[in-house]
Amino acid sequence: MGDLITMDDLTNEEILQVLDNARRLLPVAKGEAYLPLLQGKVLGNLFFENSTRTRMSFETAMKRLGGEVLNLSSIGSSVAKGETLYDTMQMVDGYADIAVIRHPNQGAAQYSADAVEIPVLNGGDGAGNHPTQTMLDLFTIREAHGSLKDLNVMMVGDLRYGRTTHSLSHALVRFGAKITLVSPDSLRMPEEIVSDLKKHGGDINETEEMSSAIDSADVIYMTRIQKERFPDEDEYIKVAGIYKLTKDDLSGAKAEMIVMHPLPRVNELHASVDSTRHARYFQQAFNGVPTRMALLCRSLGVKIPKKVKK
Amino acid sequence: MTEMRRVTAICNGTAIDHIPSGHALQVLKMLRLDVGRSNPISMVMNAPSGKMGRKDVLKIEDRELNQEELDRLALIAPKASVAIIRNYHVAEKRTIELGSELINIVRCSFSNCITKNSREPLPHKLKIISAEPMEIRCSYCGKNQDINEIVDFII
Repeated sequence: MGDLITMDDLTNEEILQVLDNARRLLPVAKGEAYLPLLQGKVLGNLFFENSTRTRMSFETAMKRLGGEVLNLSSIGSSVAKGETLYDTMQMVDGYADIAVIRHPNQGAAQYSADAVEIPVLNGGDGAGNHPTQTMLDLFTIREAHGSLKDLNVMMVGDLRYGRTTHSLSHALVRFGAKITLVSPDSLRMPEEIVSDLKKHGGDINETEEMSSAIDSADVIYMTRIQKERFPDEDEYIKVAGIYKLTKDDLSGAKAEMIVMHPLPRVNELHASVDSTRHARYFQQAFNGVPTRMALLCRSLGVKIPKKVKK
Repeated sequence: MTEMRRVTAICNGTAIDHIPSGHALQVLKMLRLDVGRSNPISMVMNAPSGKMGRKDVLKIEDRELNQEELDRLALIAPKASVAIIRNYHVAEKRTIELGSELINIVRCSFSNCITKNSREPLPHKLKIISAEPMEIRCSYCGKNQDINEIVDFII
């Protein structure tokens, strides 16, 4: 019940509730207040694939709320000896109260959730979903625009393998967003996702060209072309570096438009954007802490007080 | 029913009529009747049909297919009609039902799905998103399955 595998696991109302809770927890996330809501609880942080932000922000979130964290990575564990995910999860079920899993195989999070009793949060499964990233993205967007309603959002880059855009687009269409998908033909958003978005009434426009949509955007969501997801390096070379957003590209942008990026970035987002009022990606990465705090509490059935004292 | 007489009536067993033309072999594969079985099977392919234009028909002797087996057919022959024959008479008519989930019937075809590791013990699960047009998705990885190739992934 407390699982979060795809954005379908949360209603719009629940999304807004988590975002409200995340905002209340901001002082705790910043270390300005101590609120040991999760004291005595243990988080299993299971990372079968590299991660900086997801892993660290979950760990910080748990610790700032007084909880403990167990870390497991595929290197140095029995996973390297060929243990099945099912068996590994049985261990975690015994050692932890809640688990976050990142795995290179798509479907691994749902599989893990089916294998255990404790709640499982999907920290990214292959090119599948990354709902906790989506929640922090939504938090960032709502903090900037005051609402999630009817926004004009542009997603740029690797939309085929980029799981963050898969989950985020699902969530945004439910709030009436107009989405422009910008990618080379070989990295277009998977057909089943586009068809789902349209079924949910999404206003979706697909293009290969970035510049014409910038001026009307409320959010530009850049993503990295992920070398590690290409089966063939030649295919990667063909599209690497195809999009580069610089400060100059933003001269006609709306004043309140924000530029986001799930990070890490390579060449697609130039450092010149960092100093503009639009840059929001480092803030976005921090927002992972309060948002994941709120998600951990939700999954563990822990109520967040209406007011958090500094 | 003249086309049914292209093969002799069977004494006991199962007759499957109104299989989409050209799909009888796939149906046999789906029912796991294509290998290692001793039951006699008669097959008619591309027979004229008032309802379908052309159709295939199968008669499997001395074997009454159960509902679970028949429901597998929903994937490729959802409108097939099934009769259980006893002593040359139709003893029972069965309908094929497409449930909401296929458990351990077909494996996901996506190369990066977690279920590709054959040592993982949880059942293969595919969700029926829509019956017409047929849309089936892996319950774990969420990938849509190619209906034309699904027969290759039968467990």
